[in-house]
Amino acid sequence: MKSYDMPIFAALIAVLLVAPLVLYPVFLMKVLCFALFAVAFNLLIGYVGLLSFGHAMFFGFAAYISAYTVKSWGWSAEFGILAGTGVAMLMGVVAGFIAIRRQGIYFAMVTLALAQMVFFFCLQAPFTGGEDGIQAVPRRPMFGFLDISNDFVFYYVVLVIFAVGFLIIHRTIHSPFGQVLKAIRENEQRAVSLGYRVDQYKLMAFVISATLAGLAGATKAIVFQLASLTDVTWQMSGEVVLMTLVGGMGTVFGPMVGAAVIITMQNYLAGFGEWVLVIQGVIFVVTVLLFRRGIVGEITAFLRARSAAKTAAAEGAAQTA
Amino acid sequence: MFELLGIPPQALFGQLLLGLINGAFYALLSLGLAVIFGMLNVINFAHGAQYMMGAFTAYMLLQYLGIGYWGALILAPIIVGVFGIIIERLFLSRLYHIDHLYGLLLTFGLALIIEGVFRQQYGSSGLPYTNPIPGGTNLGFMFLPWYRGWVVVLSLVVCLATWFMIEKTKLGSYLRAATENPTLVRAFGINVPRMMTLTYGFGVGLAALAGVLAAPIYSVNPIMGANLIIVVFAVVVIGGMGSIMGSILTGFGLGIIEGLTKVFYPEASSTVIFIIMAIVLMIRPAGLFGTPR
Repeated sequence: MKSYDMPIFAALIAVLLVAPLVLYPVFLMKVLCFALFAVAFNLLIGYVGLLSFGHAMFFGFAAYISAYTVKSWGWSAEFGILAGTGVAMLMGVVAGFIAIRRQGIYFAMVTLALAQMVFFFCLQAPFTGGEDGIQAVPRRPMFGFLDISNDFVFYYVVLVIFAVGFLIIHRTIHSPFGQVLKAIRENEQRAVSLGYRVDQYKLMAFVISATLAGLAGATKAIVFQLASLTDVTWQMSGEVVLMTLVGGMGTVFGPMVGAAVIITMQNYLAGFGEWVLVIQGVIFVVTVLLFRRGIVGEITAFLRARSAAKTAAAEGAAQTA
Repeated sequence: MFELLGIPPQALFGQLLLGLINGAFYALLSLGLAVIFGMLNVINFAHGAQYMMGAFTAYMLLQYLGIGYWGALILAPIIVGVFGIIIERLFLSRLYHIDHLYGLLLTFGLALIIEGVFRQQYGSSGLPYTNPIPGGTNLGFMFLPWYRGWVVVLSLVVCLATWFMIEKTKLGSYLRAATENPTLVRAFGINVPRMMTLTYGFGVGLAALAGVLAAPIYSVNPIMGANLIIVVFAVVVIGGMGSIMGSILTGFGLGIIEGLTKVFYPEASSTVIFIIMAIVLMIRPAGLFGTPR
């Protein structure tokens, strides 16, 4: 079957290139960071069938590292972001090594518990600034010449980071490695019996996902010039699950659609206080009960059904003729 | 007065008692989770929210109907249990035929809704609930408040009664059989869907009971369940959900270990259970009492 992924992605990038003319660039950067976070998360749930309920630990901790190295050590943003991403990768190795020992529901509980451990660590560790977080992270020129204190300039940097992250995930999914991941999702025993070292594949996928979640978090810290406890809470882990679920688990574009929808919603509902929590809960329940395939999943299914119906109709006409 | 490793005995036994209390809550909650998981194959993420609902129901019964602690101890689990039954009939029962992860996601959404509604109504600061058995006794090496002793004793009794019901009675044997092979048990004319509904109601009721017990110790608070449930998940992973007695022992044991950590190395007291979880996963992935599956 012909894949339309790349043309759609090119169109998306084209739209995003002109988007800051219409929309507020900080809002767009937020959407892009969360879209990358959700795309990274989706690699696990959508293609390996592992539900991580603790991805905030990579996202939030990378944000702390990037904010700390930039603010206290005076690193420039590109090195701060790299440092955060690198630390998230190391955490991914450790957390993944522990978590992949269990499957299914237990995997979700283990990742949630590990993330909560990271949360308590961030709450107590001296360098994170406790309840205050790390505030007023400077936006120094990137690579010595890019003035990222200008939101428009930084937006295009974030867009490049997002595009690179997306292409890494896309490449991973469509590589032979990704095919093995899907085989593991569909039937783990069979993958084992075919001689694949399933644990190594799972760990590798986990590390890639954690690294890119870290990249998203590290970038977000520079965008908002802030790293705080919010980003390491279990609510944040739940949010990325919600984005991916709403957009469509296991679809290429679903997670970013979901991220855009949820962030936009949060923007409009910011004044409603605790009702945001209730509304997110309602969206969870409704999505799980009524449209589990998510927005993009439902659209794809609809288009497939229509083209299948067309083919069938054409065949029927050919037979009668 | 003797001292142990430089720790005064009052502090040591005080923390041990606190650990035992926390352990009682871990045991009651992980027991409920294990019972629900065994029967429904659903991890009930809303368990913490239902624990919180138990505490709030006790508070509301007192506030609006003048029903005190002892009435609430019976009524609150029933009320919240019925609420659980409605949830199971309306939502959860539609998800049994698909991947179990959706059950987790659904109950996570429910937890957000419940918590959000209570936060909207009552804010995040705690509401007080008066201690029904004030006072206590001096045991020589420590002071034992009556109420705390009562919590430990009652939760032990409830845990053991649940264990007895599931492992030793005829009803329990139906339950265990339906866990193993629901289709076969249905073929014998036993109404398995109704058993699943009642099991969920029972597990939720246990959570609510823990909530009522907690109300006089901790303040009644909309977020009291959210952080607790994650610790309970770790407890469940450590114990493995295969065995009822395993959940009880792991719950109490980890509560005590947490209490001891508070005495000897307070910095790690909030993370010690997660660290133990990581170690157990390395050595015995199925959990201390679990069977590999």
